[in-house]
Parts: sequence; structure tokens; C-alpha cells
Amino acid sequence: MSNQGKMDCGRRRLIVATAAVGGVGAVAALVPFVSSLLPSERAKAAGAPVEVDISKLEPGQMITVEWRGKPVWIINRTQEMLDTLPKLDDQVADPHSNVEQQQPAYAKNETRSIKPEMLVVVGICTHLGCSPSSKFKAGAEEGMPGDWLGGFLCPCHGSTFDFAGRVFKAKPAPTNLEVPPHVYLSDTRILIGEDQKGA
Amino acid sequence: MAAGNSEKYKSDGSIAGNVLEWVDARFPATSLWKEHLSEYYAPKNFNFWYFFGSLALLVLVIQIVTGIFLVMHYKPDASLNAAGVPVAFASVEYIMRDVPGGWLIRYMHSTGASAFFIVVYLHMFRGLLYGSYRKPRELTWLFGVGIFLVLMGEAFFGYLLPWGQMSYWGAQVIVNLFGAIPFVGNDLSLLIRGDYVVGDATLNRFFSFHVIAFPLILLGLVAAHILALHETGSNNPDGIEIKANKDENGIPRDGIPFHPYYTVKDIVGVVVFLMVFSAIMFFAPEGGGYFLETPNFYPADPLKTPPHIAPVWYFTPYYSILRAMVWNFFGLDAKFWGVVAMGASVVIFAFLPWLDRSPVKSIRYRGPIAKVMITLFVICFFILGYLGTLSPSPMGELISQVCTVFYFAFFLGMPWWSRMDKFKPVPERVTMK
Amino acid sequence: MKKFLIALLCAPMLAFASGADIHLDKWRGSVKDQAALQHGAKLFVNYCLNCHGASFMRYKTLMDLGLTEQQVKDNLMFTSDKIGGLMQVAARHDDQKLWFGATPPDLTIVARARGEAGNAGAGADWLYTYLRSFYRDDDRPTGWNNTAFDNVGMPNPLWQLQGQQVLNKDSHKLELAVAGEMSQAEFDKAVSDLVSFMVWMGEPQQEYRRTLGWFVLGFLVLLFAVSYALKKEYWKDIH
Repeated sequence: MSNQGKMDCGRRRLIVATAAVGGVGAVAALVPFVSSLLPSERAKAAGAPVEVDISKLEPGQMITVEWRGKPVWIINRTQEMLDTLPKLDDQVADPHSNVEQQQPAYAKNETRSIKPEMLVVVGICTHLGCSPSSKFKAGAEEGMPGDWLGGFLCPCHGSTFDFAGRVFKAKPAPTNLEVPPHVYLSDTRILIGEDQKGA
Repeated sequence: MAAGNSEKYKSDGSIAGNVLEWVDARFPATSLWKEHLSEYYAPKNFNFWYFFGSLALLVLVIQIVTGIFLVMHYKPDASLNAAGVPVAFASVEYIMRDVPGGWLIRYMHSTGASAFFIVVYLHMFRGLLYGSYRKPRELTWLFGVGIFLVLMGEAFFGYLLPWGQMSYWGAQVIVNLFGAIPFVGNDLSLLIRGDYVVGDATLNRFFSFHVIAFPLILLGLVAAHILALHETGSNNPDGIEIKANKDENGIPRDGIPFHPYYTVKDIVGVVVFLMVFSAIMFFAPEGGGYFLETPNFYPADPLKTPPHIAPVWYFTPYYSILRAMVWNFFGLDAKFWGVVAMGASVVIFAFLPWLDRSPVKSIRYRGPIAKVMITLFVICFFILGYLGTLSPSPMGELISQVCTVFYFAFFLGMPWWSRMDKFKPVPERVTMK
Repeated sequence: MKKFLIALLCAPMLAFASGADIHLDKWRGSVKDQAALQHGAKLFVNYCLNCHGASFMRYKTLMDLGLTEQQVKDNLMFTSDKIGGLMQVAARHDDQKLWFGATPPDLTIVARARGEAGNAGAGADWLYTYLRSFYRDDDRPTGWNNTAFDNVGMPNPLWQLQGQQVLNKDSHKLELAVAGEMSQAEFDKAVSDLVSFMVWMGEPQQEYRRTLGWFVLGFLVLLFAVSYALKKEYWKDIH
């Protein structure tokens, strides 16, 4: 009987050893399969940084460019638009852009931008991924409440954002709109998708 | 076996035990486990040749898993992309270069295709050596022949998908074979292609057959093959029925539970197989130009046939038989007889259980005639296979005709030569060699 | 039976009979020689990429040859493509068909396509021979012919480097009639480097594949050891 017990112990050790080594192999074999689900080189090439010429963007105007298949808005804000921002600090959820991943450090400021007037944000609502529409005119003119100072409204679930892409309190969207990494190549050229020139 | 069915799992009070008891009351988990693994009694004298059944199952799993991932990136589209390359061809190179890890998955699949045929041929050869197809295992053998036929179809459809020169012209030639059938042939070819030449329609339907229809049939046949085997029990190198000698508990005296004994043994076989498989896949994924034929690195060009076209190696024996037929008989032309001979050379395996009249099953107790015949058959099979990879030549034609004649003589003469031999006495119990 | 045995004996001879009828010079380069690969890449983009695409290759992959993104952009990219872009020809393929009579084939995997059954690596030898075997032939519309590819449609792309060869009708050997920018030895080395690059381009991850293969085999040896011990342990029961 004791002999039997001893043998079982040896067997157990070998079963554990085989299962452990085999398990490592099985996990390693998963690597190519799981990594094949990641974006391919083609997807990465399509997601390469985008260069935008903003020399023709007048104050108050907005252009939309595509970066990684997502709309990126560039808005040349007027002084009136910028003036609305401090007034809304107590109405927006994150007035001082404390959620780190929503903007690079160089856009963590009052206007959420490198140059005060020029806002660059990803036009995707942080709730469930719809693209908000622009409601630039203050007041009820565009179907907004009377005290509306101008900004964006997401048509899907009604989240609203101000002229810095900051989300208003008590709305479905949890955070401010994302500011993508971007850099000024010159006064009138922006590279979206990269932090530094020629990186 | 029947005893195992009625016993239900009783929990020992642990959570896992309770879950198993709950499941077992509603699903035959324990009885399936016992019937097919822990109380499936396999002869204890299995040798090297008995690894290839479980290996075939392993390769099937490899092909299905890698196939699922390849379908995520592959595009069955014969139209040209902006660079003038067919989209299907470009999508294979896309998998090889742009998809992370894609090259490895693709090489697993392409090497797996050849590996599948290697293990299946060795598995079939085992059956031939030890008379595994004979009574009472005729149905197991027939399901097996069915698997082999479906596997050939599966491989043929799959080979078109990379849309290279060999894919294209191989499909062209094989589909045109159906044109040799009298009266309906040309319409049949048209029906298979869905176009006047092999084209986008053909590519799309072959894709559908390759990824859905044939794998489903294959899985069904594999299940039937295993169920039939487990009904009769496995044969063994001595060709003795172990069920004829049971102990007082009704367990064959020469049988051992498949699990754990053959599971641990098959794991070793799997590891050795994976070594060979990896060696090919990582160091010679083209298999010397036989697993991935080099003209297939050119995109399909309907206007230019490559100077030398040959099927992939696993089809070449039958291809040689096709080419060996150069005579017109009974007012029907040689093309027709070539197709008939090729078809017959594959289907004839199904008749083995009734062609073999030897009083013993295993080669171990058969005499010199069987040994010589089987050896010559294997040599002929190899020669036919080798000749099938070469361009036609007068000498090659003569040799392949000789081999073809012997190939069929082996089967059709079997009712006589299998009886004429000198036989050795078969022991009562299996022998451990 | 006798006939069969004779046939059996003859079978190996067929292998010789079916061999290629063109004598191929052996390519002796290596895909591990980074300097050669860089040189080959430079020759490829200068002399091949004008007409032939390498449309499965991304410029970015050239960085695997030990180059920085800026070096690739400055030395190997002439079009305004992005670094992640494919190495395509500027001309449309159907225009090319009009100009040349046929679209020049894509060269990404030509080294693999030129291999043969039983010798998958022969593609490199073929390219190495072919690119050095052009000669002047006034009977051809392009003025060029090739001993490795009779009546070839492509004129010698490297003639400025090689000079002009002619075919000696008596000895059937190629002779240099007009010298080029390179000596014979320099030119052979340049073509060898170009072929190295094309072999590498056929499968850029091939060295990684082989390295990974050794790790996998090493791991399987370990797995074999434990699983074999396990099998031995269980099979002690069986007599």
C-alpha cells in the first residue's frame, strides 16, 4: 500500500510537470492568434499622422479631418467663444481637464489647446461613440435651451459640450472630448497624431 | 460498456462535485467519458503505427483553428487591385506581411495541409498492414474512406484560394476532368465553375465549400469513424480480437483503459509530431517546393499556363494514373478512361474489406506473398507519386503504366493472392514487441 | 515483373533527364549581410522600381535593414509616399500594359516564384544568372536578348553599370563588347547584392522565423522529456 502511495506521488509530480510545460506551450501558441487580431500594418499605415493646412480657417469656422478613421475637428474660436469658457466652469463636469488621458499635457489648460483660439479635438462623444453636431449659436435659435452659450450636442443621447469640448454636468458622457496628440509644423500647418516634429 | 451508461456521478459534497452531479443528471458526461476514454479498453500492444489516428485528429484541429483566423483576413476576390494584382492573391501576401503573426498562422495551415495527408496515408497504411478494415470494422473503414475522399475535396478547394498560377491551372485541369464524362460532362464542368473559365464565381464557391460545407461533412464523418471504432473496439498489430478473451468483470484481458495509458502515450506522439511539423514550418515552409509550389507565388494569369504544372504532392499518384491512360476503349476516348482510372484508384480502397480473403488479419502472420505484394504496392505508389510531379515523358509514361497495372492488380487480384499464402499460427493473446 | 524491375531501375535516371536546361550560376549572397541588403535595396529602387512594383512591401519594412526612418525617406523613397505606404509604381498597371505590351510583373516575391520543385532556393540562382546574361541582339525590338530567358521582353536595366555584352555565335559564350561603369567583379557583386535584397524582400521575417524555430524546437525537446517520463511512469503498470 505504501508502495502504491509513493508511486502516485511520483505520478502526480510528472503530471504537474507535463501540464505546466504543456500549458506554457499552449499559451505561447496563442500569441500569434491573439496578435493577429491587432491592427495590421495596413491599418497602422492608414492611421498615420495627418497634416492639415489651417491658413484658410477663418475665426468662427470649423473643419473636420479624418485621422484613424475618426473625425477630428479644428475650430478657430472667436474671442466671444473663448469668453464663454470661464463662465461655464461651474456647469461642466471637469472644468480643469483633470482626467489625464483626455488630452496631452500641453492641452491641459483653460482653453484645452496649444494656441488659445485653435481647438483640436476628436469629434467622438465619450459616451458611446456618436459624433456630436455643432450648435455654435447662443440661445434657443438652434433648438437648444435659452441659456445655451454655444458648443456641441450629441444627437444620440443628448450630451452637451462647450467650446473647449468640456462635457456639461449630469449628462450621459463621462468625460471631456479627447484632444489628440498634435503639433504645429509651422504657424499654419498642424500634424495630427504626433507630439513632436519628425518623430 | 453498457454498464457505464447507467452509473451517474455522485457528488462528494464539494462545489465542483455538486456541479458535476447536476450536469451528469442532465447530460451523459460521465458515461461519455467512461465509454470513450477511461473505460474504453484498447489492446495493450499498440505500436508506432497507432499514433497516426490521434495525430490526424490533432491536424484537423490545427487546420480548423488556423483556418478560422485566416478567414478573418483572406478575401475571395479575383478582381485586380490598384497595383494590378488579384485581390485574393494580395490578401494572402497581406496575411504574410501586414497581419501580426499572420505568416505563422498561414504557414501552420499550409504545412498542416501536407501533414494531414502524411498522417492519413500512414494511418491507412497501418490498416493495410494489420487488416484493420476487416470484419467487424468494415464500417469504420468505410467512414475512413469517406473522410479521405472529403479531405481530397477539401484540399482541392483550398488550393484554389491563394489564386496563384498553380491554384488557377490546377483547378482548370481538374474541373475539366469532369468534361470527360459522356453526354453531361461539359455541362457539369460549367456547373462546377459557374463561368466559362475558372473565375471569380468559382473562387467564391470554392471558398464556401472549403470553409463551411466540407469541414462540416468532415467533422460528421470523423465522429462516425470514432463511434464505429469504439463500438467494435480497436484492432491491434496481432490482428486478434481482444474481446474474445475477457476476465470475470467483462474487461478484455489484453485491454487497457485508453485513458490514462494511451492519452499519455499519444501526448509523446504529439510532441514528436510537433517537432517534425515545426522543423518544416520554421526552416522549410515551402517543403522544398512540394508543399508550397513555387509557381503559386505568381498571381493567377488566365492567359499564360506555367511551363510545368503538377498537382500538390498528395494528389500526384492519382494524377500519374490519369496520365497513364492513353488508350481508347469501347469507342470512348482515353481522356474518359483516365478519369475513370483515377476515380477508381481512390474509390477502390473502399472495397478492401471484401477483397481481402486472408484467414489472418495481421501481416505478422501472413506469408511472403502478402509481404511482397504490399511492399510492391507501396513502391508503385511512391513511383506514381514521384512521376506525377514531373513533366510527361515517354519513359515516365511507360513506367506509370506498369505501376498503374500493378496498382489495380494488387486490389483486383487480392481475393486470390491473399488466400494462396503460407500462414503462421495466430497466438491466443497479444504479444508485446 | 521483369519489365517492372527495369522500370524501377530507370526511375532515378528520369530525375536527371528532367533537370533545367539552362546552366545557373550559384548566388552566394546572404540575407544576413546587412550592408549587402542596403546596397541591394538602393539598386532595386533605382533600377527596378521605375517599372516594376513591389506592391506587397511597405517602405517602413526597409527599416529592418538597420536604417532609420529618415535614411529610408532620404535614400530609398523618390515618390511622395508615406513611410507606411506600399512600394508601388507611379504608373497605372493598365497604362503600362499599353506601353510595354504587358504589365511588368510585381517583384515582391519573384525570388520565391522562380524556385523549383525540389529546390525552392533556386530562384536566387536564376535571378543572379538572368540579370547578368543580357546581350545585344539587333533582331529584338528592344535591342536586347538574354541567354537565361530567350526573347525576353525587358531591355537590360543595368547596362550602364555592366556595359554591353554580345553573344559569341561559335562558343555560345557572352563577351563584353562595351565596358560599363563597373568592372566585371564589381558588377557581379552588385547583382549579388540586388538578389540578396530580393530574396530578403520575398519574406522579410525569414531570419526571425528561423530564430523562432530554434526556440520552439528547444521547448519541444523539454516537453518531450517530461511527457516521455510521464508515459514511462504510467506504462510501468503494463506487462
